[in-house]
Parts: sequence; structure tokens; C-alpha cells
Amino acid sequence: MKRALVIAKKELLSYFNSAIAYIFFTLFLVILGFLFFRLYFLIGVVSMNDFFSIIPWIFLIFIPSVTMKSWAEEKKTGTMEVLFTMPVTDLVLVTGKFLAGFAFVSIAIILTFIVPVLVSMTGTLDWGPVITSYIGLFLLAGSYVAIGNLISSFTANQVSAFLVTAVSILVFMIIGTEPVYSVFPNFIADIVRNFSLSYHFQSIQRGVLDSRDMVYYLSIISLFMFFNIRSIESRNW
Amino acid sequence: MDVIIELANVSKSYNEIKAVENLSFKLKKGEILGFLGPNGAGKTTAMKMITGYMPPDTGTIKVKNEDILKDPVKARISIGYLPENNPLYLDMTVAEYLNFIAEMRGIENREKAIDSALAKCGIKNVSHRIINHLSKGYKQRVGLAQAIIHDPEILILDEPVNGLDPKQITEIRNLIKEIGKEKTVILCSHILYEVEAVADRVLIINNGRIAADDTIENLRERSKGSNIFVLDIIDETADIAEKLNTLENVKKVEKVHSGLYRIFAAGNKETGHSIFVLAASNNWKVVQLYLEGNSLENMFLNLTEGGK
Repeated sequence: MKRALVIAKKELLSYFNSAIAYIFFTLFLVILGFLFFRLYFLIGVVSMNDFFSIIPWIFLIFIPSVTMKSWAEEKKTGTMEVLFTMPVTDLVLVTGKFLAGFAFVSIAIILTFIVPVLVSMTGTLDWGPVITSYIGLFLLAGSYVAIGNLISSFTANQVSAFLVTAVSILVFMIIGTEPVYSVFPNFIADIVRNFSLSYHFQSIQRGVLDSRDMVYYLSIISLFMFFNIRSIESRNW
Repeated sequence: MDVIIELANVSKSYNEIKAVENLSFKLKKGEILGFLGPNGAGKTTAMKMITGYMPPDTGTIKVKNEDILKDPVKARISIGYLPENNPLYLDMTVAEYLNFIAEMRGIENREKAIDSALAKCGIKNVSHRIINHLSKGYKQRVGLAQAIIHDPEILILDEPVNGLDPKQITEIRNLIKEIGKEKTVILCSHILYEVEAVADRVLIINNGRIAADDTIENLRERSKGSNIFVLDIIDETADIAEKLNTLENVKKVEKVHSGLYRIFAAGNKETGHSIFVLAASNNWKVVQLYLEGNSLENMFLNLTEGGK
């Protein structure tokens, strides 16, 4: 498993070797800051609620653009042939790719820590929900990355990887919103909602770290990593 | 000597198109095998299976007497592989790339391994340059360095000189010869000339099947029966083909057009001489008489075109 870190390191190196990573982070922070503070000063309540409601939707665009190249580019340039003939298992490869995407997105999340600090300067901030929401945010981002990596392994085209990932995540998000799940009969609505990425995040946002929510995200991550192993195993590309 | 690679009845299809069919061969330790065939013959598919990139549909592949499907990771340790088209991480420097490969392969003394691979492939002076900025010949050397960095027992090179200029081809070929002294090598190519100089043994594959499998010497011996002489004459008379056919060793005479004949013959120099003597005694006005191509090349073309 040490080799998974080797892959993650290589991936991160390629992000930071170009200017893309820095442009990404800047854009992410500027858009997030603008959307949040615009609302914040309008409403004037010392709370991070809106921040955590906005960020999953920004991730909807941001994370697929991080994960789109993970396998698709290896496939396109043929380097997966080098990678797949290294003496490591597919599990190591998939873990490495996941860690790389997760680490990159985690850096973006850590950069936003400045926001609650700024908010707390304007009044008394209840840190409890902020901390649980951040834990939830890391889990949510991890799920996005696992989904994005799987989809990137289906194609050699980064643009289609991006689009399909964004749409898939969108579906996983909106089935947890009331207008969507309420169209189903009650007992199905409950199941649909429980499958959604957004429902569990909302419950974490309230400031309670329920083990069910944690288990949900960890299962989603493991499940998509498992599918990812299956998809690269077939080598049908 | 020990058998190091063994394929038994290996087949692989892509969407019902058979890429490799019932391929069986053994490779002894230290041998250099030229794996030859026209483009699309199934060479690359065979290499992808031996390196453990993808599994065969049927049949078994053993590396060092162990089925590679049982422990693919273990088999990959003893193999160095330069895939077709030499894929590289172009945004890395040569040193970064080799360091990545060395780490992936779990090499303990990485610095020494990288240094030795750089030296063997003659790329020490470009080690801090970005791979994408290198010439094609240098990129090929980087690919080769990647394949030998862990000092593998088996080296598999898929079209290593494809697309290089003649000078680079000579350089890479010498490099392969040098490396091949201590290793078992499979060298894939669609050009006979490329493997002829390096390989001990040649395996010709066509449409996924073996068309010939022999040493270069034996193949040369066999190919003596497939010389083609070209005779170019002005003022031709009617009975030239007839007279040529009476010569010993001549199997077939083909009239290309008026005054130009292709003579399929066994034997080599003697046959050429007897054609010359015949022409002289008949006062044919010969413009030129020459051997068409390399006889081994002719045989290779016959073997691979015959299957189409």
C-alpha cells in the first residue's frame, strides 16, 4: 500500500507542475467567497449554514474537473500500459488514484478554513456545527472523487468524463431534495432520500455526527472504488 | 538451459476478432527472440498478455515456471516492458519519471538504479529535462531506461525503433544488443531487418498464428530456396522463359513485361552465374541481372502474405 502513495505523489506532482492547480484553487476560493459573503452580509446572521449549502454545488463542477483526467488521460496516452505492468495490484492503483484526487480536493477544503475564521471575527460563531460540517464535507468530497474516478475509467475522453461525472453527482444530490423525492410514494421516498449524497450531508450540517451518515459515505467511497477496480480489471480499453 | 517463458495454446479475441490463436512457444533463459509479423498480426496482443497487462481468453502463460494469472504481481517483477509507441508521462523530467518507476517497483537503492539506467541508455545529460522536450530518439531511450531500471531477467520490447531515423535506429539497436547480452529478450518488429542483426531466434507470426519458428541460420538455410533474380533484357526473343526454365535450380519464371523476367530459384550464387552464362551463350542483350531483395526478407514476405 506504500505504492499507492507513490501513485498519489505522482498525480499531485502533475497537478502542481502546471499552473492549473493554482488557477483552480484561486477560482474556487473566489467563487465560493463571492457567493457566500454576498449572502452573509445581506442576511447578517453569524452562521456558516449558507457556506455549507453552497459548497456541494460548487464541488459539482470543481471535483469532476479534478477527477476527469485520472484514468482517461492514462488511457489516451497509453501510459496505463506501463502502470498496469508494474508489480502492484489493481487495488493499489485505484487507491493511489483516489488518494491523489482526495488530497487535491482536501487542500481546497483546507484553504476555506479562512472563511469561518473571518466569520467568527464578525460575531460569536457556534463552532460545533462548523467542525462536524467540515468532517461531512471531507466525506462528501471523497464520495465525489470516488464517483469521478470510476467514470474517468470508462473513457479516454476527458470532456465526456467531466460531463458524465457532473451529471451523475447531480442526480445523487437532487434525489435528496424535497421536490424530487416527494414525487415518490412515502416508503420509496425514504429509500431514495437515504441513497442521496445531499440528505446525509444536511443531517451532518445540523451539528450531529451520526454514525449512519459516516457509514453511508464510507460505503459509497468503498463501493465506487470497488467498481473502479472491476472496471480497470477488464482492461477492455 | 532453463525455459523462462512458456506459452501453451494461448488465444485472445477482441469482439470476436481473433487477435492471437493457439499460440505456443517456449523461450530459454538468455535467448533473444525476434518476434516478427506484419502490423496487426497479433504481436502486441501477445506481448500484452505475457507482461500481464491483460489475461488470455484461453491457454496458459508461464513465466519462470509459474502461471502468471496465479500471481500476476510476482511475474511482473522479472519483466521489463517497453510498450508499443513508448508511452511516457510527458510532463515529468526524465529523473522524476525514472524515480516514479523505481518507487513503483520498490527498488531499494533507487539512486544507484536510476544512475545505472541513465548511464546504460546514454541519457545522463538530459536527466533534468522535461520528457516532452526531448527528441524521439531520446524519448525512446527514456522508455528503454524505464524497462531496465530494475535489472529484469526478461526484457520485452514492442517495436522499439519504430519511427526513428536511421542514425537513432542504429544507436538503439546497439543498445539492445548490449543489454541483451545478459538478459532474455523478446524483440517485436514488423521489419525483418531490425531483428535479423540482434536475434538468435525468429518467430514469425501471421494472423495470430505461428508461421515459422527457427534460428536465423536455419531460416537463412531454408530461405535459399526462395531467391528471386531479376533479368532485364532488350531485343527479347520468344524462347527466353523456356530456356531459363531448363536451368538447374530454377523453379518458376515470371514474365513481368516484355524484356523483364523474375526468376524464382533455389541456390544462390551458382544460379546467378548460370543465368549469366545462358544469357551470354544466347547473345541476349542483358541490361541488368540482380537478386531481388534479401532472400530472408522474401521468405518473410511469402510466409506472411500467404496467410492473407
